[in-house]
Amino acid sequence: MKWGLPALAALLLFYPFILTGPFYWDIGVAFLLAAISASAWNIVGGYAGQVSVGHSMFFGVGAYTPLLFYHLWGLPPVAGVPAGILVSLGLALVVGMPTFRLQGHYFSMATIAVAELIRIFVGTWDLVGAAIGLQGPAVGRGWWDLTFRSELPYYYIFLAVLAVVLYTTFEVERSRFGYYLRAIKAGERAARSLGVPVRETKLKALMLSALFTSLAGSLYSIKTGFIDPESGFGILVSVQMVIVAALGGAGALFGPLVGALILVPLQTATNTWFGGGGSGLTYILYGGIIVLLARFEPGGMHEWWQRVAPLLARRKHAA
Amino acid sequence: MLLAQVIVGGLLLGAIYALFSSGLTLIWGMMNFINFAHGEFVMLGMYVALLVVVWLGGGPAAFGFAAAFALFVLGVVVYLSLIRHVMRGPMLAQILSTFGLALLLRYTAFWIFSANFVSLPQVSLSGTLNVAGILMPVPQLVAGVAAIALTFALHLLLTRTTVGSQLLAVAEDRNAAMLMGIRPDRMQALAWGLAAGSAGIAGALMAMSYPWSPSVGETFGLTAFVVVTLGGFGSVPGAMYAGLIIGLIQALSAYWFGPIYKDIVVYALFVALLWLRPQGLMGKA
Repeated sequence: MKWGLPALAALLLFYPFILTGPFYWDIGVAFLLAAISASAWNIVGGYAGQVSVGHSMFFGVGAYTPLLFYHLWGLPPVAGVPAGILVSLGLALVVGMPTFRLQGHYFSMATIAVAELIRIFVGTWDLVGAAIGLQGPAVGRGWWDLTFRSELPYYYIFLAVLAVVLYTTFEVERSRFGYYLRAIKAGERAARSLGVPVRETKLKALMLSALFTSLAGSLYSIKTGFIDPESGFGILVSVQMVIVAALGGAGALFGPLVGALILVPLQTATNTWFGGGGSGLTYILYGGIIVLLARFEPGGMHEWWQRVAPLLARRKHAA
Repeated sequence: MLLAQVIVGGLLLGAIYALFSSGLTLIWGMMNFINFAHGEFVMLGMYVALLVVVWLGGGPAAFGFAAAFALFVLGVVVYLSLIRHVMRGPMLAQILSTFGLALLLRYTAFWIFSANFVSLPQVSLSGTLNVAGILMPVPQLVAGVAAIALTFALHLLLTRTTVGSQLLAVAEDRNAAMLMGIRPDRMQALAWGLAAGSAGIAGALMAMSYPWSPSVGETFGLTAFVVVTLGGFGSVPGAMYAGLIIGLIQALSAYWFGPIYKDIVVYALFVALLWLRPQGLMGKA
């Protein structure tokens, strides 16, 4: 395992040269975006155990603001990224402050309701393009518009962001804050009785998670140059984050990476096999995977591997 | 006069909200468990009604009973095969189990029935009643009255019968109930059956007057959350009042602001409730 991390880094760095061509680069970019969003979800959903099923609210806000800045004032989309983050942090407070006083289910219910509220509202709001959505600059006016014809620049920008998200999560994991999160997940009452500032810690985790999710949304809309209510705030956006993180292992640093590694190629495959009608089947499959995970392996591949690896090692020993 | 019409329409729809929300609140009261697939149960009830009418030519009594029965069975199966195994597990498993189930049911319905809106072929109930100038379509009236009667019957079942006492005993203290000779698994399976059954019959009642598509489950599920939060988690009478209130609020906001705002207002009310009174109207903190 000592060489695991450098090997992974090298693989991700050189992937575009190992598998060349727009098709593979496109999958690579989709993989990175899924990994970034799921890692962001993981901070509050995995480490703190506060299961959000409406993270699309942060993703959507992050996705809309850059294109809104371009649409309204002709600014380069990147200029809207900080504004998106600020709005997302505000949203995190609105959802987190009341619900973190209550039992965990309230938080899940509130996230899905607020995400849906915003989706419907944005769909009727003319300023942000209502149901049609917003478009970015068709042709870049300069490098600062970040409109590249090739997938390659996006791949490396996304990779850099993923590195930042993972490094932050790694630091969180080692810090006192990280211990607080795990204590809360293991038992809120016990954590509180030991002096963990429960509400404050959960709120901080949600805000950190919202920040990165918003950033992921911005990356998405800047790359695609288009956003509408469904691709920004739709429930499937949240589902994607939940399933990628939970499949790989919620609350494990590299869990989302593993989840994205399995799901993104799977999704590409089902879309290729079944054509346009494939997306419906993909989500039936997603629902099935989520149910099976919850029933048999809530810890995801991460915990499964931790259980299986020693058995394999023992067998090798015996042989 | 138009306003009175809107109010009556809202209350009649609210009665159906009360019925399916009482199922959700029953599960919560029994086992502190939130069912994210509850709206999908309502949606399935609507399709069961459709199939009974189209294939068997059944009337309202037939498809109402069929929807209730089919969903009761589904509820019991879901409890025995899924919920029983996750309900004492980590929070993640609890929430993902029914959230995944909701996706599975919704997209399977999309796949089978397509995304198009459908409505029930003309059933034997038709016509419009004119009471002092307020027009009430008979199917809507029958559905509303039946829904309130069924919600009330569920309340009576819980508070006045032996089975109800056994259900509440399990809700109160699973282990103590077991020592009294009650089988908690059986009772909880029954609760899931009742909850899903009430959702199913509510769906069948709604199908008589409104067109639907597989995506309505999401809306109804969220509406049920709001009703249950307003009424107080675990309280069937609370769900009854709150259902009527939410139906009324929806109708009025659609009337005053436009139809797209009916859900926005209700979800916004939910956020406001969480801030101000999360225990609801009749619940304990």
